[in-house]
Amino acid sequence: MSESNEVDSLTHLSSSDQYLTFGIGHEDYGLRILSVQEIRGWEPVARIPNTPRYIMGVLNLRGTAVPVVDLRLRMGMPEPKYDSTTVVIIIRSVIEGEQRIAGIVVDDVSDVMNAGSDEIRKTPDFGNRVDVEFISGLVDVGGKMVMLLDVDSFMRHPDLYQPESEAVNQ
Amino acid sequence: MSIDMAQFHQVFFEESFEGLEVMESGLMDLEPGDVDDEVINSIFRAAHSIKGGSGTFGFKSISDFTHVMETLLDEVRDGKREITTHNADILLRSVDCLREMLEAAQNDEEADADRVAEHQGELEQELKNPGSSASAAAKPETQAAANHQPPAPLTLPAGWKIHFAPHPNLFQTANDPLPLIRELRELGELTLTSQLESVPDFAALEPEDCYLSWDMELHTSASREQLNEVFAWVEDICELEITPLAAPETVAVPVDEPVSPASSSESTLPIPQRRETDRGAKAQNRRATERRKNERRGGSGGGAQAATSIRVETGKIDALINMVGELVITQSMLGLLGELIEDKQTVTAQDIEKLRDGLMQLERNTRELQENVMQVRMMPISFTFSRFPRLVRDLSGKLGKKIDLKLSGETTEVDKTVIEKIGDPLVHLVRNSLDHGIEEPDVRVAAGKPETGTIELNAYHQGGNIVIEIKDDGGGMNRDVLLGKAIEKGLVSEQDELSDKQVYELIFMPGFSTAAVVSDVSGRGVGMDVVRRNIQELGGGIEIDSELGSGTTITIRLPLTLAILDGQTVKVGDENYIIPIISIIESIQVKPEMINRVGGQGETFKLRDEYIPIIKLHDVFGIGQPSQNSLEDGLLVVVEAEGQHVGLFVDELLGQQQVVIKSLESHYKKIEGFSGATILGDGTVALIMDMPGILKLNRQLTSEPAKVA
Repeated sequence: MSESNEVDSLTHLSSSDQYLTFGIGHEDYGLRILSVQEIRGWEPVARIPNTPRYIMGVLNLRGTAVPVVDLRLRMGMPEPKYDSTTVVIIIRSVIEGEQRIAGIVVDDVSDVMNAGSDEIRKTPDFGNRVDVEFISGLVDVGGKMVMLLDVDSFMRHPDLYQPESEAVNQ
Repeated sequence: MSIDMAQFHQVFFEESFEGLEVMESGLMDLEPGDVDDEVINSIFRAAHSIKGGSGTFGFKSISDFTHVMETLLDEVRDGKREITTHNADILLRSVDCLREMLEAAQNDEEADADRVAEHQGELEQELKNPGSSASAAAKPETQAAANHQPPAPLTLPAGWKIHFAPHPNLFQTANDPLPLIRELRELGELTLTSQLESVPDFAALEPEDCYLSWDMELHTSASREQLNEVFAWVEDICELEITPLAAPETVAVPVDEPVSPASSSESTLPIPQRRETDRGAKAQNRRATERRKNERRGGSGGGAQAATSIRVETGKIDALINMVGELVITQSMLGLLGELIEDKQTVTAQDIEKLRDGLMQLERNTRELQENVMQVRMMPISFTFSRFPRLVRDLSGKLGKKIDLKLSGETTEVDKTVIEKIGDPLVHLVRNSLDHGIEEPDVRVAAGKPETGTIELNAYHQGGNIVIEIKDDGGGMNRDVLLGKAIEKGLVSEQDELSDKQVYELIFMPGFSTAAVVSDVSGRGVGMDVVRRNIQELGGGIEIDSELGSGTTITIRLPLTLAILDGQTVKVGDENYIIPIISIIESIQVKPEMINRVGGQGETFKLRDEYIPIIKLHDVFGIGQPSQNSLEDGLLVVVEAEGQHVGLFVDELLGQQQVVIKSLESHYKKIEGFSGATILGDGTVALIMDMPGILKLNRQLTSEPAKVA
């Protein structure tokens, strides 16, 4: 990021949030930069038996076992490629007072952008054809549509999280 | 005093619960007519500390209650009263009551006042019975009066005569007599005479010592308690005599440490205080020793409470700090070596040698550090065992059985979590032995056994595991009865051929109870299935061995620690998994002729006269093409789970190593079949298998074969 860009971002801090944008196929997505812990290159993970295909497995993140989800598969994209630009974004969220971490696999990471709350449009209803469960809104960036990923609801999804009360019942 | 006392509450509760345990085990040790001073003293001291603490922290009901107990104990201690089964029982019940009160206080709740009053009444009643000992008659009249009469409203004296002589080290304890005197002056009219005779010559004067003492007359309506409070902080470091002005006939007693904050109730009973004074310094010394002992015991709360803190011997911590020091030295040595090589741009054989040495040292440091950190979590199993003498005593009385409990290996150290979690299952097992195992005395005699049954609790280390044995010499388990019950409940069919072990395993099935009558002792809703699950949650296993007519032995095997386990790394498909060594019996290569097929699908193999089902992990985990894997290409790991043997089919055995267990739940969720994950030496993650879970997965797989395809 260039210096002027950085200054630019800082001046916008108070009025708007910053988003990390990334690409899946030909679509652009964004997530709040405060939810991003780090970005890593893709490396093989340990598969977890009997889980949905998009749960890639668990990654060793400096000694903790962190689940990794292929967001491309999760969003219904066919047969993603794993190559040198494939990255894992480590996202975090606080659930029930505990910080939880997960990795999402995306095609590439592009930029950091600002978006004020007035710029964010509601997600239209696509019916059942498209899974928009984790999309909190849309932003227009220079004519391109960026979909904002709602990290909290993503992390709270039963795919990744099981409240303690339910765990006991098992 | 504006110090927030609440911050010390936790410590007080922990100490008090420890004290209760001391009292309980002491009372258990006391035989009727016993005059073992050491035991009685330790009970008395524990009661006294609880009283003192509760007084300080304002738990008045607790200190009042303990005071009555203490008075009774004191009579025993002075030989004025003999310990009998009757009063030992009363005291034991009071200990229970006190524990309830403390628990209530800890949770900021009100204790059941009726119950407390009932027990207190019981104690007071006992106090009114004159002690049976001959010396009771010689009891000083005043004392009898003090003990027999509830504190009568004293006529308040017109004031107090106070002799206050601080010890020379008063200032070093950050105390100052002046504010005390000022505080006294606020209570009333104070006349004061300073005693200067002990002030030495100037040359000999230690400027930091206190040489002055004072005689004061305080005309006030303030109560004795109020005075005590003024001196509360200096009571240990001064000579203090407080006598009522209006009652000159009362002999002033040099009090060494009587104005303890606990004495709020004591002060209305002046006599016990005097007795305590007689022992003065000695008692204080003893108390200090006791306190140190408690600290050294290094543990908290006992097994029953899920204590949140852990007390660690300072020695253990010092050792850790030493080791971290060594680690830092090794690290800087390696760092230096790295710089050296960087400067030279070449690596000589000598450098490699040095590097290897350094790494070896690092490995040793790490291992030592790991062992020592584990040590911090270790506590002797006596924390769990200590509750059993009481339990057995109470229950055997209730059941009309005569039972002797033998404990051994109480010093065996186990992980704190194990201590916390193993308590309830053990209680259940011991109850079972008492209730179902040991027969009634007449039955025993008829069977030619001694009238008194024996239950042995034993703990020991065996190859990285803790083994706890519960052994009784009772009737043993009747195979036919168990089997009949199981058939009746539809758990097994009549055609099933079951080994003795498998029959005993039946009692771990949910809903299986052989108790003809659900008694107060057994059948309290925790079944053996829960016992086994609890033990499995700790990564352990349970086994039963029984002989009809001569008794049952239950063996619990637990890992030494829960943070690390010995694992066997295996390869299934492209993935590595860990099988806990504790569940592995052996690993074998199968020959085609050993394998039999059942119903075209299920495969079993015969190992030493036993047919063992084979679980193909490829199928269970849904990886690889299981059809292409012929059993002869891989290996079978024979494991034990839920009392049966199964063979896990894997592609390869890799290595055995200690693995650190990482929770999957902390960032993901529980996965059926796995207890957690670990990081292997190459940085990749491997999942740790959980045998009961694998069996469950396998059952699901076979019951819905459609899911596999």
